[in-house]
Amino acid sequence: MDRNSNVYTFIYASGMVIVVAAILSIAAINLKPFQDRNIEVEKKQNILASVNIQADATNAEEIYAEKIVNSYIVNSKGEQVEGDAFTVDLKKERAKPVAEQQLPVFECQIDGGVKYIVPLRGAGLWGPIWGYLSLEDDMSTIYGASFDHQGETPGLGAEISTDPFETQFKHKQIYEGGKLVSIIVAKSNESAPEQHKVDAISGGTITSKGLEKMLLDDLSSYNAFFNQKK
Amino acid sequence: MSDKEPLFSKKNLQLLSDPLNSSNPITVQVLGICSALAVTAQLKPSVVMSLSVVAVLAFANVIISLLRNTIPNRIRIIVQLVVIAALVILVDQVLKAFVYDVSKQLSVFVGLIITNCIIMGRLEAFALGNKPWPSFLDGIGNAAGYGAILIIVGFVRELFGSGSIWGYKVIPASWYIENGGFYANNGMMILPPMALITVGIIIWVQRSRNRKLIED
Repeated sequence: MDRNSNVYTFIYASGMVIVVAAILSIAAINLKPFQDRNIEVEKKQNILASVNIQADATNAEEIYAEKIVNSYIVNSKGEQVEGDAFTVDLKKERAKPVAEQQLPVFECQIDGGVKYIVPLRGAGLWGPIWGYLSLEDDMSTIYGASFDHQGETPGLGAEISTDPFETQFKHKQIYEGGKLVSIIVAKSNESAPEQHKVDAISGGTITSKGLEKMLLDDLSSYNAFFNQKK
Repeated sequence: MSDKEPLFSKKNLQLLSDPLNSSNPITVQVLGICSALAVTAQLKPSVVMSLSVVAVLAFANVIISLLRNTIPNRIRIIVQLVVIAALVILVDQVLKAFVYDVSKQLSVFVGLIITNCIIMGRLEAFALGNKPWPSFLDGIGNAAGYGAILIIVGFVRELFGSGSIWGYKVIPASWYIENGGFYANNGMMILPPMALITVGIIIWVQRSRNRKLIED
């Protein structure tokens, strides 16, 4: 057959596409379980990081099973609703009105007390940022925080996922006289009460402000739940 | 080329060795710079990126070489791209399944192997006109030439930028200023500009040793 004819070209292209599609589908289906597991383990590592436990991929599941004693979903009125807290898709929940959102809570038994871990999700400069915040049982003192991001600039916005930034959150207060004030991510010349303030990242202003907004928005949805638990 | 040519004839070996030196894709042809700057802040992603490119380029070369007498001339670039894209997606999926942390570090750059000029260049310039075995060697050679530079740059940047090699600290903790020593990591090394400068230094060293490469 003439290799330059239209018919040959069309048949060749169609055949090629079908073969490639088949190969890729088979690969994707077979590798999916491994990939899902990696994502699950990573999520457990992130949750544990918010209570200051550094787990690696090999022991995260074990430590998670031991330390995270309870998890459930609440709504914005603080009432428990049905469902598995671990599998809640925050991206979908945040798109709903606050009253309909499912808000996961994880309870961690550590240091002789229960810490409450809530997930956070917001917007950075280039893409989503997310994280977990753990609170002491007074529901105001932060026990630990861990943040992550999809594509913030390394050395600037990406610094939110580093230890020096995250450890600043320890022992800060999110309530002031019964009112939620969240945490202010401030530049050095901004004045804010010390117990509510962490230092922003130089050169990462938009990411820092995005993180501040994420904390305020997400903690507000939990306000009723926090008030109940106090 | 006779069919009886031995597998590792001088000519075939040159296909492997030339890209490591006198026709190196990065330092001589200055191709594939984008990923070379982006992933080399540490040694481990550099090595994984290199291996990924070796796998993609070797297989893409062989596949295109096997198909070379059937590919319709008018859509040959599209065929090449489809083959490359399919292989890259396979590599990406395998990385995500088995070395998840590295895959996260490489993020978009695995996908960008598709647009790596080295790969298209070798398919178009070599695999379309040569038999599978020489094409395979050519693929390995060029990808190794690319990888060698990546690994050198990754080594230098991780050592001076983070004071570690492959994630292990090699600079004694007591040397650091915060522990009362005299040493601090060079933050610039973490940023892409130092990768460009490191590549520049490699090119300089290579040209001073291999005078043939110097243009008038």
